[in-house]
Amino acid sequence: MKPSIYEFFVDPNRCIGCQSCVQACGECDTHKGTPMIHLEYVDRAISVETVPVICMHCDSPTCAEVCPADAIKRTADGVVQTARKPRCIACNNCVLACPFGVPKMQSNFSLMMKCDMCYDRTSVGLRPMCASVCPSGALWYGTREEMERLRPRSRPVNTFRFGEQTITTKVSMMVPVAGSAQHIDVTSAMNEEPTGESNALDSVFEDM
Amino acid sequence: MATTNPDSIPPDGRPYHEQPQWRNDFPIDWPQDELVARRDFTKFLVLTSLAFVVGQAWIAFENWSRKRQGRPPVHKIARVDEVPVGATRVFTYPVAHENCLLIRSGADRFVAYSQKCTHLSCAVTPTSRGLHCPCHNGWFDTATGQPTAGPPRRPLPRITLEIRDGVLYATGVEVRS
Repeated sequence: MKPSIYEFFVDPNRCIGCQSCVQACGECDTHKGTPMIHLEYVDRAISVETVPVICMHCDSPTCAEVCPADAIKRTADGVVQTARKPRCIACNNCVLACPFGVPKMQSNFSLMMKCDMCYDRTSVGLRPMCASVCPSGALWYGTREEMERLRPRSRPVNTFRFGEQTITTKVSMMVPVAGSAQHIDVTSAMNEEPTGESNALDSVFEDM
Repeated sequence: MATTNPDSIPPDGRPYHEQPQWRNDFPIDWPQDELVARRDFTKFLVLTSLAFVVGQAWIAFENWSRKRQGRPPVHKIARVDEVPVGATRVFTYPVAHENCLLIRSGADRFVAYSQKCTHLSCAVTPTSRGLHCPCHNGWFDTATGQPTAGPPRRPLPRITLEIRDGVLYATGVEVRS
């Protein structure tokens, strides 16, 4: 499969928290009514900051590495697909393992569902649903050259370090040109009190 | 795209031929996970069809050679007075390894069947309730050889008998369905 010349860029600085991407994602016919993108509030009590979370499509996908059922696959164009329904055993391993917090367990389907970069659209050259509706360009899909021309004060980063783990991703995060990308030590953060509403097991407890 | 690798990178970063076998058995990459290529499947279809064609030809040849054998041989089984009423006797017909069962159910009533159960070819044994196949508890009627219980669905092949000068002869095998 010939890799697309288009790339996905996420710039959380531009996110205005309008939920358009969530609505657009839920409109897709392949998973209608269940948005696979999620919009995280960083610390809602003191800030309006929001972060759209899409799958970063790692070169070494941790979710697939930890899957005991061999359900998560990565296609030749570098897109990590959502769990295969016949294989997924709803064990939540991927949900807990993903360093970006992307996979979510749909306990009513017993299936992990995550962003697959709108594979039905991007594989035929269309833009993903979220990127096509984002009014502020926080989610942006296009060529790297055009991105550099449009946003000269930002640069794309696609290497991340979580503790000992270095991850290269297909999706790039836009960071300011000045200043270096921070390396996050996940293990030290485990001792802190969790902030925000993100909880990997939300959907499990909702049903109880 | 510069950032996209065609294959996923194992966490330790070493090449695939240095990875343990399980990683190749359960690949993360979709193309490697396609166990059956379209060409392999086509090959399988063609070769299987060919095998069926050859099998049909072989069956036709077997039928043809069986017809060429002509009338079955006539074998002497026993003298009539050697088999008391109600007794049974095992004989081989038409060839040495084909066991058959002769049953004298009345003074002048003889029946004979192939001893091979029509289910899975175990040897049937005569009992007071009929012919019993112990392998899967199959039962046949003694008078007709028809299946009465258990897995067999076809009757036992009947051996046609003839009495000449007080001697029993087997003259043919009647395969029924």
